[in-house]
Amino acid sequence: MKTVSTGVRKKDAMSLVTGKPVYTGDLVPPNALRIKLLRSPHARANIISIDASRAKMVPGVAAVFTWEDMPQSRFTTAGQTWPEPSPYDRLILDRHLRCAGDPVAIVAAETEEIAQRAMRLIKVEYEVLEPLLDFTKALDNPILVHPEDNFRSLCEVGTDAKRNLVSTDSFEVGDVEEELARCEVVLERTYNTVANNQTMMEPFCTYTYLDEYGRLNVVSSTQVPFHVRRILSNALEIPKSQIRVVKPRIGGGFGAKQSAVSEMFPAIVTKLTGRPAYLCYTRQESMANGSPRHQMQMKVRIGADRDGSIRCIDLYALSNAGAYGDHGPTTIGLVGHKSLALYGSLRASRFVCDVVYTNTMGAGAYRGYGATQGIFAVESAVNEMAARLGMDPCVIREKNMVRQGQVMPAYYGEPCNSCTLDKCMERAKEMMGWDKGPTHWTLPNGHLRGRGVAMAMQGSGISGVDIGSVEIRLNDGGFYTMLVGCTDMGTGCDTILAQMAADCLDCSVDDISVRGVDTDQSPYDTGSYASATTYVTGGAVVKACAELRDKIRIEGARLLGVDPQAAQFDGEKVFLPGTDKVMTRSEIGWASYAGGSRQLSATQSNSSPISPPPFMVGMAEVDIDPETGLVRVVDYVGVVDCGTVINTNLARVQTEGGIVQGIGMALLENIQYNDKGRMLNDSLLQYRIPTRLEAGKIRVEFVPSYEPTGPFGAKSIGELVINTPSPAIAEAIRAATGHMFRTLPIRPEDVALAGLEE
Amino acid sequence: MTIKWTLNGARRTDEVEPDETLLHCLRKVGCLSVKCGCETSGCGLCTVWLDGKPVLSCSVPAPRADGREVTTLEGLQAEAAELGAFLADEGAEQCGFCAPGFMMNVLAMARELKTPTEEEIQHYLAGNLCRCSGYQGQLRAIRKYLAKKGGEQA
Ligand code: FES
Ligand code: FES
Repeated sequence: MKTVSTGVRKKDAMSLVTGKPVYTGDLVPPNALRIKLLRSPHARANIISIDASRAKMVPGVAAVFTWEDMPQSRFTTAGQTWPEPSPYDRLILDRHLRCAGDPVAIVAAETEEIAQRAMRLIKVEYEVLEPLLDFTKALDNPILVHPEDNFRSLCEVGTDAKRNLVSTDSFEVGDVEEELARCEVVLERTYNTVANNQTMMEPFCTYTYLDEYGRLNVVSSTQVPFHVRRILSNALEIPKSQIRVVKPRIGGGFGAKQSAVSEMFPAIVTKLTGRPAYLCYTRQESMANGSPRHQMQMKVRIGADRDGSIRCIDLYALSNAGAYGDHGPTTIGLVGHKSLALYGSLRASRFVCDVVYTNTMGAGAYRGYGATQGIFAVESAVNEMAARLGMDPCVIREKNMVRQGQVMPAYYGEPCNSCTLDKCMERAKEMMGWDKGPTHWTLPNGHLRGRGVAMAMQGSGISGVDIGSVEIRLNDGGFYTMLVGCTDMGTGCDTILAQMAADCLDCSVDDISVRGVDTDQSPYDTGSYASATTYVTGGAVVKACAELRDKIRIEGARLLGVDPQAAQFDGEKVFLPGTDKVMTRSEIGWASYAGGSRQLSATQSNSSPISPPPFMVGMAEVDIDPETGLVRVVDYVGVVDCGTVINTNLARVQTEGGIVQGIGMALLENIQYNDKGRMLNDSLLQYRIPTRLEAGKIRVEFVPSYEPTGPFGAKSIGELVINTPSPAIAEAIRAATGHMFRTLPIRPEDVALAGLEE
Repeated sequence: MTIKWTLNGARRTDEVEPDETLLHCLRKVGCLSVKCGCETSGCGLCTVWLDGKPVLSCSVPAPRADGREVTTLEGLQAEAAELGAFLADEGAEQCGFCAPGFMMNVLAMARELKTPTEEEIQHYLAGNLCRCSGYQGQLRAIRKYLAKKGGEQA
């Protein structure tokens, strides 16, 4: 029975829905010290002195550490392949504080309450400095966020800390100025996106202990266990061989946990005290000192002919890294590469970008990773161009979109091997009844209705960088154990990879036990990010299973005393056709556990020179109350080409979840600071994410292409699905109100005000 | 201070701090299904039953459990498995961190409202955030679960 392209249950489903203790915070050893971090109230300051003597005297306090106790070489917390493009600009505790909430002291005590009480007794004298908060003024500002001399950049990304410049980059295909001069219509527009918080339901949390070998064991809610091992080695200045990282179940990540946000604090406490230690961020800390989406300003010049042929797009993006450069140099690249490549009709395109430091929370990786911002800008500009030309926004896309078989110059010159974007558009129009009705109308109650559309793409792993590895073994009785290094963070990759293995080995998903991730035992995997797992690690599953199949056939033939070339393995048994020579998989498994045979296993790695994009069309119908400006998404249609769908249920639910996060980005979510640089809305009551009342009706379908380089023809889905809501909703609001909103989130007050001005 | 209470059907006596939350106390006594997502009544992850009614345990002082009956998902394992199977068959649980609080509230709703409309369901559960699923799969699962329950009662 084939399991790929069915909706098999996740292997861990029943333990999750019955509330079993499977997350980091459920597994903490009872004697672990509880950690609290004293955080800076100032966005920019120097510590003149710290007096922790009274705090240390509180009974039950095991230790208080300040910057003087910390290793002094800088590192990055970004979970990326070494050498990381992100600058080495952090210390565990620094004397120089660069954003509100930067850690000032680590308190470790027997209980959280004691740690809390002791924390209040620490006296800190600050030299408070004027913060740099406006990222549009950061470049060459006299206020330097990173004036220190031991700042390091491992890669050539144009870093210049003395200019507040994290990185800079550009590419040009064709001659943009010449093409723009030739275009009959040129629009120039500026779009703004803000910082968003991933708001995964499980906050950052980690516990650490020394094992029987004296090695540092780290159990953490992380997407990148192997990178965490290296990051901690850098941060603590201890050898990587002395660190083991284990990931239990993860309560959501969305990129937030692609940075080592919480790990270093318990790790250093365990290193310095020898005791187990546990830190769980509060929601407030997760909000104000996490690793949010980069705020960006994007300038688009788009040129087209009157017939709607889009000829040229020129895109400039400025990105706010905040106080630390995690993921800054890489996120920005996707703004251009994964937006411009949507248009196969372009004769020229250009992308120029700068990433700058400010004294706001350091940004990080968030689902979509720059593509989300770039697609908002480019898709909005295309919508504005369609409106200017009096064209239907679907028609202009059908005329210009990238098609299978084309080369994508803006996307690293990769070939478009698999793409049903055109069919996704067709299907989305049918589902929405796009051609049957108007794009805007007024309801009897005076509410305005509008419809909008947008396209999106992403990648499938980082080409030439990401590696996925899998080890699979045959055991006594014939079941398999599959060790993976990628991190299931709720996405279901443990199950998806088992589905692939089951089909490769002609067995059931239940015959395969999956285990991940333990850096001492799992084969190396870069981790689950960049939409890599299904495509990259899935490729390793296919390879490993092919090797193991061969080994089983050969060993079975040997045990049977027949010619291995003539023997066959059908998943259940090895046999010689036309004879009664048969040995079951179970028997071969048993034999491999006794002398005279050998354990059968295969380990394979996979990486890809290309990163095939999945594609999507999103359509929104919005309802607007002109009095209050309240916008509700009443219907959202998403049609996705992720290549072969491996698990039909999980792909659908990922898409629904991504769309709702995208709706939050479009209409609600906005990290805000006061004029001193302190985050204003650092709780779930103030930073509102969509509830089920805001989610509306969401309808998802798939039009799979077949990606020849992917396992079973699969590409990716995880990030893609957050990209269409912002531009599609902005267009729907434009259709309804005649006003184009170019700054996210689109708030009721803006909509109401714009209505008054009309 | 000392509280005498009933937890998941078992009578017990515990020492709690006057300013301790029920959430904190429940995790301390081993009810690890109860999750903390905010401690400010904003996420629904900490939902438990107090005398059979759903409450946010982060906003209930532990001393208030004195003399009362508290139920967590640990005490409703059979029902959790029954409802949870519908979620599992939709793939509607992703990270699952929101699941225990959500399950407690759905089970409370199923007792309280016999045949809730879609709007009633959405409002009843509005306080239960889920960042992964987009809520649609949860709704599909609930509908199927309620249909089965209704069928059993008919
Ligand atoms: S922890 Fe109680 S509502 Fe969030
Ligand atoms: S499944 Fe992750 S928060 Fe609901």
